[in-house]
Amino acid sequence: MRRLAPMLLAALAVLAVACEKKTQPTGEGTRQPAAQVPATAQGGPVPAGDDVIVLGEVGALTGGQATFGISSRNGIALALKEANAAGGVRGKKLVVRVYDDQSKPEEAAQAVTRLITQDKVVLILGEVASSSSLAMAEKAQAAGVPMITPSSTNPTVTEKGDNIFRVCFIDPFQGFVMAKFARENLKLNKVAVLQDNKSAYSIGLTEVFRQKFAELGGKITGTESYSQGDTDYRAQLTAIKKTQPEGIYVPGYYSEVGVIARQARELGLKVPLMGGDGWDSEKLFELGGSAIDGSYFSNHYSPDNPDPRVQKFIADYKADNNGAVPDALAALAYDAARVAIDALKRAPDTSGPALRAAIAQTKDFPGVAGVITLDAKRNAVKSAVVLKVADGKTSYVTTIAP
Amino acid sequence: MATPGATTLSDDTGPIPPALRGILPVLIALPVLALAEWTLGASPFATYLLSVVGVNIILAVSLNIVNGMTGQFSIGHAGFMAVGAYIAGVTSLSLKEIGIPGVPVVVSDQLLFVEALLAGGVAAALCGFLVGLPSLRLRGDYLAIVTLGFGEIIRVFVQNTEAFGRALGLSGIPQYSSVAMVYFWVFLVVLVARRIAGSSHGRSLWAIREDEVAAEAMGVDTTGYKVRAFVISSFFAGIAGGLFAHFVPIINPGSFTFVKSMEIVVMVVLGGLGSTTGAIVAAIFLTLLPEGLRSLFGAMGAEGSLAQKVDQIRMPVYGVLLVVLMLARPQGLFGTKELWDVLPRWLPRKKKGLT
Repeated sequence: MRRLAPMLLAALAVLAVACEKKTQPTGEGTRQPAAQVPATAQGGPVPAGDDVIVLGEVGALTGGQATFGISSRNGIALALKEANAAGGVRGKKLVVRVYDDQSKPEEAAQAVTRLITQDKVVLILGEVASSSSLAMAEKAQAAGVPMITPSSTNPTVTEKGDNIFRVCFIDPFQGFVMAKFARENLKLNKVAVLQDNKSAYSIGLTEVFRQKFAELGGKITGTESYSQGDTDYRAQLTAIKKTQPEGIYVPGYYSEVGVIARQARELGLKVPLMGGDGWDSEKLFELGGSAIDGSYFSNHYSPDNPDPRVQKFIADYKADNNGAVPDALAALAYDAARVAIDALKRAPDTSGPALRAAIAQTKDFPGVAGVITLDAKRNAVKSAVVLKVADGKTSYVTTIAP
Repeated sequence: MATPGATTLSDDTGPIPPALRGILPVLIALPVLALAEWTLGASPFATYLLSVVGVNIILAVSLNIVNGMTGQFSIGHAGFMAVGAYIAGVTSLSLKEIGIPGVPVVVSDQLLFVEALLAGGVAAALCGFLVGLPSLRLRGDYLAIVTLGFGEIIRVFVQNTEAFGRALGLSGIPQYSSVAMVYFWVFLVVLVARRIAGSSHGRSLWAIREDEVAAEAMGVDTTGYKVRAFVISSFFAGIAGGLFAHFVPIINPGSFTFVKSMEIVVMVVLGGLGSTTGAIVAAIFLTLLPEGLRSLFGAMGAEGSLAQKVDQIRMPVYGVLLVVLMLARPQGLFGTKELWDVLPRWLPRKKKGLT
């Protein structure tokens, strides 16, 4: 009999856990009167369709990408606060349940399953990292709950199904933006390309850039590659110098771009560098110093954009977050939440299919990071901004529409 | 020190006919698994959570064979898990469109799933053999360094291989896994671990753990035993990875970092080095704790700014609990004992000679 003990205990443990988890929603789902629910309440799971509407959010609040998750959370909180101050949606307050995924896709899948089955959220916002968004998209699509990712730019995310939307542009669009900017605003004729052949992001941007730039009558003088983590780019830069380009497109990440800029200047390449949103970091100025001055990169949003809508968002965000200037991720998350709220207002009810249809109809929505129109593939068609780097900071140059 | 694994299996003579005794655990496990699957079918969250718990149990129990019973120190278990996950994942992806003729789709899917799992497990076991053979000839900390390096190599390799989805990860793996399948493997790994502990093989492992020189002097082929234990452990880590790949929608190198390896080591140490049930209890506890804290904070009705921080302070609280536990019980929850050796002390009224 003794050897039965482990088996029986294991079985008991399994059953005990199962029972506990199954009874949870009824045990916790106590209904609270509307008056006692503050705007940002996160009490026990409150049944949707009662007096509040529960949204779910998954973000990386801890782990390697924690700053992304925290910015996104603050942006969403601001959007909800404003919506609730304006009377909520159809007389109901909005609340958001935020779960941390520790920057791991399996935790994101777990959190999103919890949001869908335990908290019965009507809509999901998140994630920043494309791999986490992919994990969530699979679960959300299967459950028929609409999901809006604020800032996952990998094209495959929205291909998971018709419930998955995004309010940012996808990677290749930035190549298009920079090609147009280089050709039409900077009037460049000859541009060289230096790509990171280890990152799908960099390759995606480069491909579209080359194609569009040639289409607009420019000439690509040469393409060189490096690998993320390299420290010496002199060989590639020397080869590029020989082709006498008027600009170099380097759609990599800030960690390499800073060093590339320094070495280019050392070799006497004085032409402007151009890149994508991978440049967006304070570290760029630290690594690049004065060498990076006079370069341009495309991004989702700029805090220097004089648009009053953007300036109001920045002022409100600062007031709520001890004066922190919102980054692109906060702006995109704010937009995502507002698109969701807008859809909630337009949808006949809060069921999955109704919400999905409402979100899909989003057209010319005035977001702080560009005007959002969702296309048939559920991607946002929207403008990007081009920023110029000078004196250790970025300044807004122009907005490029698709 | 006593060899606790040996004492529990040898002395039972009960009403069970001897012929049945060998397969009795299987006869009991299968209906329980079927029942669990039937009860849980409607709750995706419970299914997901239980699957995670199950995978962690497999990892902890298999690591315990090396770290606990044999006294070696492997800290690259996530590497073997990654090998299993990616090999099984790729196998399943390539067999996605294929069905075995003559059987219903569900059955053929599950057969292919088992095949993919075995492919992952065997690949991991092979890696375990290659890694273990040179490093287990030595004594001391070399295994730790080699396994640490192995884990990182696998991660970097995957990150740079197009077929494995690079940094973004591998998605679209058919989600064949079920609670019953996960817990069938949990059952198998526990059975194997217990049988090893009770066998003469296990006694040799215990001897190596207590004093390698003495064991060798007594004629124990230390390298052979260590490598065998390591290969078995790697095999089950690969199986755990394979299961993981079939219920998590995307596998990504970030899931198999050194931190994951350490989590498993923590489970084994917390449960008590050498205690199979200790590893199980610790794996269940540590996996459910973060989720439990989520429920706890939710139930306390934390509001406003605190609520915003809830999920952030969850992990620090988890860390503090671990520190407290290790301070209070440095030998782990159960030491080298098993659950049924410890339980009677906690439940004084239960008769010890129940068997």
